[in-house]
Order: sequence, then C-alpha cells, then structure tokens
Amino acid sequence: MSAALRPDLAAIAEMIPYGSRVLDVGCGDGALLEHLAASKNVDGRGLELSQQNVNACVARGLAVVQGDADTDLGEYPTAAFDVAILSQTIQATFAPRDVLGHLLRIGRRTVISLPNFGHWRVRLALLVDGRMPRTPALGYTWYDTPNIHLCTIADFLGLASGMGATIERSLSLSENGRTQPMRAAAWGPNLFANGAIFLLKGSEQTKTTS
Amino acid sequence: MAETGNPQFLRPVTAADADVGQAMSFGLDRPLALDCGKFLAPLTVAYMTYGRLNATHTNTVLICHALTLDQFVASANPITGKPGWWDMMVGPGKPIDTERFFVVCANVVGGCMGTTGPAETCPATGKPYGLDFPLVTIRDMVRAQAMLLDALGIEKVLCVIGGSMGGMQVLQWAADYPDRVVSAVPIACAARHSAQNIAFHEVGRQAIMADPDWKGGTYQLHGTQPAKGLAVARMAAHITYLSETALQRKFGRNLQNRDQISFGFGPDFQIESYLHHQGMTFVDRFDANSYLYITRAMDYFDLAAEHDGKLAQAFSGSKTRFCIISFTSDWLFPTVENKRIAHALNASAATVSFVEIQTDRGHDAFLLDEPEMFATVRGFLNAVAAKVGV
Repeated sequence: MSAALRPDLAAIAEMIPYGSRVLDVGCGDGALLEHLAASKNVDGRGLELSQQNVNACVARGLAVVQGDADTDLGEYPTAAFDVAILSQTIQATFAPRDVLGHLLRIGRRTVISLPNFGHWRVRLALLVDGRMPRTPALGYTWYDTPNIHLCTIADFLGLASGMGATIERSLSLSENGRTQPMRAAAWGPNLFANGAIFLLKGSEQTKTTS
Repeated sequence: MAETGNPQFLRPVTAADADVGQAMSFGLDRPLALDCGKFLAPLTVAYMTYGRLNATHTNTVLICHALTLDQFVASANPITGKPGWWDMMVGPGKPIDTERFFVVCANVVGGCMGTTGPAETCPATGKPYGLDFPLVTIRDMVRAQAMLLDALGIEKVLCVIGGSMGGMQVLQWAADYPDRVVSAVPIACAARHSAQNIAFHEVGRQAIMADPDWKGGTYQLHGTQPAKGLAVARMAAHITYLSETALQRKFGRNLQNRDQISFGFGPDFQIESYLHHQGMTFVDRFDANSYLYITRAMDYFDLAAEHDGKLAQAFSGSKTRFCIISFTSDWLFPTVENKRIAHALNASAATVSFVEIQTDRGHDAFLLDEPEMFATVRGFLNAVAAKVGV
C-alpha cells in the first residue's frame, strides 16, 4: 500500500464511489489503482504505455493492459465502467477529442486531470520572451515535449460542452498539488490554476456513438 | 498419490539416470471423448511433476507444452539428455518457484513422449495406430489433462501457463473449466490459428507425406522413418520461430566452413547448415505422424467458433485472473493476435493484464532468457498466490 498518494491522485480518489468499477487510462505504476482497491474496494483496470510500469502493476496484483489510449480505447465496451480516469495524459494524446469521446462512452462518469496552459506564467513567458513557455509544471522544450495537445481550462470546457458532456465537479490544482473547488467558467482559475480536475458525465449521445 | 509406471517412449533412453517421469493409465472404462466423435481408450498420460503438492491442494501450476516440446520442463530430457526446456522459468527460486508451487506438465494426447499417440500400439489391431489414430484437438489435450488432475486429486489449479500451442491450451482450460483455473498465463499464442500459420503447417505435413519412407503413415511396420520429410518440415517451421533481425544478426550472409561460394548446392551459408542441423536432430526425438496430428490440432483451434464467433463469450462470467504476454518480433503469433484475447477478456469484464515484451528473437523468445518475461510471470504469480493465501 502506498504511503503517500500524490495530492492530485488523492483528489481523484476522493471522487470515486466505493465498490465501483474503474478504468485508469495511463495508470503509470498503478499507485492510484492500488489505493482505490485497498481503500474503496474498487474493481480496477488499467491501460498503460510503458512496459516497466505494466510489470510494476502486474506485480502489485493489478489488472493492467499495455496499450495506447489513442489506439486501444475503441476496444472497450460502452458503459463498461462506473468511472473512467485520465490523469495528466490528455495533452499527450494524438487525438484528444476521440480519446475524450471514448472515455465518456466507456465510463458512466469520467474524471480528467490536466495541466492548464492558460496559467499567467505561461502567458507571460510567451508575451515577454516570445518563446514557447517552459514552467515548473510544463518543463519541456518545444521540440522534445510529449505534450503535443496542450490546452487551457477554458479550451477544455469548450471541448467538453461541444461534445455534450456535463461537468459535475471542478477542482483547481495549485503548484504544490493542493486542490480546491473552483468555478471553472470564471476567468480566475484559467489564469491562476496550475491544473484542473473535472468530473464529467457524457450525454446519451456519447453513449451510443463513437 | 500418483500411479507410477514407465511411459512407452519411442526410443531408448540415452541419458543415464534420467527421470523418465510418471504415467497415469486410464482403462477401457474411462475413455477420452474426443471432439471428432470418437473415443480413445485405453489412454496413457505421461507427465512430470516438480515441487510438492501442499496439504490443501491449492498450489498447483499446470504447464502446457508447445508443439514439439514435452513434459520435461525443468529436468533433463531422457532422449536428448538436454536440460529441461523451461529450466530458466521453473525450479527452486525461479519465477515458477518449485519450493512454493507443485508443477505438473503432461505430454499432450497425440504426442510421442509417452502419452498415447499415433506411434503407440492400437489395442484393437495390435499394430501401431498410424493414421488410424483419431484426430485430436486442443480441447481433447485439455480434457486429457483434466482427467490426469482428477486422478491426482487436484480440483483447482493456481495457474495454467504455457507458450505457443501451450498458450492455446491455457485459453481452452480457462474457457472450459473456469471454476478450476484461478489464474491463466497464455504466452505468445492466439485464440485461433491464422491462415498463414495453417499454410506453414501444411507445407510441413506435405513434406512428411511426400517422403517415400512415410508409406501412408505405416512406416513403423516397414522399419523406416520419413526422416527427410520430417526434417524439411522442421526446417520450414523453425524459420517461423525466429525473426528476420535475429537471423541477420546471428548468421547474416556468413559462409559455412569456406572462404567463397561453391557454385553448387551444398550448404554454402551458415543459415543453411544451421537449419540442416535443426532438421536432423529433430527426427531423432520426434515422431512424424505425431507431427501431423499435433499441427492439425493447432490448425483446428478457433476458440470463438465454439462460442457463436464471439471470443468474449468464451470467457463470460470468468473469475480467472489472466496475464497475457506477447513479443514484439513474434510474427507467428504477433502481438495483435495476443491483444485480441486481451480485448475479448476486457469485453467480458474479466480480470486481465497484458504485457508486450521488447525483443528481436521472434516467437522462440518465450523459451529464452527474457528477464522482462520472467519478471512479469514472477510478479503475477506472487500476486495471485498472495490473494489465494499460498
């Protein structure tokens, strides 16, 4: 059992109902899934790209499939899980809209956490330096970053609403990982939050299409 | 506990002190009902065990062997004298730890290492079965193993594990006996044999049957052996077990014992000499008719077909924990085929893990020193054992 769960993962765990079926996409070494199994009796599954991470999960007794969110989510049946989780991963996918569509389809609820590219430091760096921003939260150079589809909180809200998803809860993530409830549509969080965690529900349409 | 006897091996034991294993015999009153509609009786199942069965009979790991392998998993093969084919995986302190687990591996029905197969004597005629032996399937192999476990007093197995054709048996076990299988590890396999794989098998079978010494399958009566045909079959098959990268790395265009090409048809290249060696050593340890029967069993394997074409249905409601392993350079049972199984299991809400091991050694990687595979199996088995309290 992990002693200290990363604060953003702890905030996600808090949103998961006891005894639910959970798919964690991009589950890493399985820390969240193991925590959920132990503390909330969750029946968890994972999808993870890295083989070393998958081995770590398997050794923890977790059920994790080595695969890619961009190519493998289509194989999961509709409404197969109570909650589908995508943590700090959507910005690294090739087709974020398709990935989100699949998550809304596969899970009755979807939890997404993402870095906020609308943070004032990011805005200032581009304004002042005229170069692609590098911040503590997003430290890569433009040419070697895995984050190929960065977005702001406002961007994500636009995508979710365009896909007919309802946002049921919103949390802002601070630099040191603290979370607090936010009014996602307000201008404040989009300027000051390092990241966000959303609990979403798909429309009936997302359950039948894609 | 087990009935002990000497299995009828085809050839004399060459390795001194070799453990030739045990054999369980089922009489005419216990026929094996085969998929083809026929019954096989009497039946002998030759097997090996390693480690000790615990008091609660909960620590059995059943290993299913591949096409041309046998029950000698972790001890010397009595015919070749070579070490067990999975001795890096199975043994004291190994990933399948024989100090904790009771390991059972049985020669498949239709085989030639002591279990009843086409080279054995047919009780009705007093002659070797030859082509009178009934066609067997992967499911029949699994049924025979289930009879063996029943006879050994083992109701549930902690894990069924195997690669290639062994993986097919693992899937069949999980589909047919979900309540008897706590966990399953199919490695480098598929839920159905592909057209390309059937094609390679057919080349092998035609090579055997084209050998005049095959004599319609009655070569034992004539004191001959279709050695050339069987060797060609093995050579063709062996290519499919490797990868282009591995062949290039190992042999390239290197010449064999010569400085220049000979402008003839002798073995100029090292790869030719290697394949000849593979073919020649194979005929000393394997029966040609067995090769026909077992390749056919693999060709016929299509787990979804038994379940209205839906693979997920084969595992619906299964409580078994699965761990599927594939290898990046395996083109005989490629990752995509292994992943199909994982997706089907996901669709049936089963508990499944899937790992793809990075290697350039092709299909044979499951028999080789692949530390990541060992780590996966060790971690998975430990987690399963901990859950069950073994």
